[in-house]
Amino acid sequence: MDQLLQHILNALVLGGTYALLGIGLTLIFGIMNVVNFTHGALYTFGGYAMYLAAVALGLNFFVALPVAVVAGLLLGAFIEFTLLRPLRRSDIDTTMLVMIGAGIIMQSGTLWIFGGVAKAVPTPFPAQPLVIGPVSLSYVNLFVLGSAIALIAITYFTINGTRLGRAMRATFQDHDTAALMGVNVSLIYTATFAIGSALAAAAGALLGPVYVVTPQMGELAAVKAFAIVILGGLGSISGATIGGFILAFAEELGAGYISSGYRDAMGFLIIIAVLLVKPTGLFARAERIG
Amino acid sequence: MTRFIAPLFLVVFALVPLGLKDPYLLNALIITGILTICAMSLNLLLGFTGQLSLGHVAFFGIGAYVSALTALGFDVSLPFGLRITHEGGAPLVGFVLAVALTGLCGYLIGRLSFRVRGAYFVIVTISFAEVVRLVALNWVELTQGPLALTAIPNMVLPVPGLGDVALRSKMQNYYLVLAVAAVSYLVIARLVASRFGRAMRGLKENESLALSLGINATRTLTVAATLSAAMAGAAGSLYAHYIRIIDPDVFLFSYTVTMVIMVVSGGKGTLAGPLVGGILFGLLPVALRPVMAPEAQWIVYGAILIAILFLMPRGIVPALESLALRLRPAPEAKSAAKPAEAGANP
Repeated sequence: MDQLLQHILNALVLGGTYALLGIGLTLIFGIMNVVNFTHGALYTFGGYAMYLAAVALGLNFFVALPVAVVAGLLLGAFIEFTLLRPLRRSDIDTTMLVMIGAGIIMQSGTLWIFGGVAKAVPTPFPAQPLVIGPVSLSYVNLFVLGSAIALIAITYFTINGTRLGRAMRATFQDHDTAALMGVNVSLIYTATFAIGSALAAAAGALLGPVYVVTPQMGELAAVKAFAIVILGGLGSISGATIGGFILAFAEELGAGYISSGYRDAMGFLIIIAVLLVKPTGLFARAERIG
Repeated sequence: MTRFIAPLFLVVFALVPLGLKDPYLLNALIITGILTICAMSLNLLLGFTGQLSLGHVAFFGIGAYVSALTALGFDVSLPFGLRITHEGGAPLVGFVLAVALTGLCGYLIGRLSFRVRGAYFVIVTISFAEVVRLVALNWVELTQGPLALTAIPNMVLPVPGLGDVALRSKMQNYYLVLAVAAVSYLVIARLVASRFGRAMRGLKENESLALSLGINATRTLTVAATLSAAMAGAAGSLYAHYIRIIDPDVFLFSYTVTMVIMVVSGGKGTLAGPLVGGILFGLLPVALRPVMAPEAQWIVYGAILIAILFLMPRGIVPALESLALRLRPAPEAKSAAKPAEAGANP
């Protein structure tokens, strides 16, 4: 029972960052109809940006984190502007392949610049975990969970409570009509990709200090993000949030009670199972599949 | 015009080892050939039916493992006290089994995943490849996990008059790969030219229209997936018996990316495209090796992929075809333009 409580707690921490990854990917797919294969590389980028800001520049941990997120935002805007904007009229396969190319460049570039050795990001939190009854939780994990929830809340507010968010939702429903209503669709696309990228970078920047930063860290993260998005239905933000937590629970309980070697297989098995049973995802709102 | 590319390649590459004694280059050519077979098989799905399969490496890897395990033998215990012991057998049997089993996998994946299309199909295929990789990594009793399967025997072929010949030298393996590549090419070429090939292209161009004409979409796509997987499995088997050591890294996504780059750069949906792309990107590492580190090479590949999609979205072969059409003013100049254009292709 105590073990189960501990697993649930771990899954909550993991689920927060998974939700961040999933929301970023699903936003980009839902609004832009782009399957973002740079998502994993952006996650890695967040981790390295955190490392650079905190270690190389020596910034305070709490300053380095927003710096890394903003760096992800800017990189996302740059990718959208240079690669996706010229391909607006192309089919989904072409943009997918271009994103694969960009992802390769980013991942290999990271490997080339930083080498394959994992980097550690120091945290200001005490190493001693917080012990509450039978379960323990490290302070850094608590901070990760809190930040993830805060970022998810900010994203929800941006989408549902701001002018930008209203324009994004309008573009999601019908970009032609949105354009006729005076929405600057190009700007919305750039903003969407930038926000999605910032969320991926935030997940990397938050998890980098928990584990270590490596050039390959984004590979699995990307596939997990796909699993989350499929679980929740492509384009659904609340679906991605719930999907993130479901995947985290499946992984944590699967690793705890079935086999730790297949921990990372859970995501893929979920993808295959969901697509066979309910291809539109568990929480899909609108059918918008290309 | 492009129909001359394949025979030309066959002749040129049949003659290459006669003049080439450098074992490093010969090795690079063998690997290139194996990857080109994969690219051709991927093109069947990606190019002719328009289904972007990003899990193609799964079939390559399964083919490699099936063939290697058939030759090496294994001893695994299953749940409920079941136990499978296999003594090890002829590599040729492994090759046949690899083709058959990957074909079956392709059939099942095709049946299941063509129910979902577009982005979903892409993600199902990636997931399938990753699950298989994790199984290869974790089912240590069968696959040795990360310790790799080692000392895989070379392919043995029965040759009339000589008995069984083990293909130990690079030269022998080279011709084997070339032969399998030629057969794969012929199979694809015949298939694409058939009624069935027209059904595939019909589905790609306009699915609703094709369906209204009575084309069975699922069956057509499943057959394409089965054949495509079986060919990739054959390539995997060749790889296992040539390299003689395989580990779960044969399932890495980067192999799939390599195949996709080969198909897209050469020209998806053309017969010659994967050949041109395969040879180009198979030999590019050889050309780049003295100049840059492997990770820098991958940056170049990524950049080339993007550049080709921006500049020649249909690939090199279609771009050359339209160039040749423009250079040829009148139909009677046709025969004169052919050799020049075919010579310019490689």
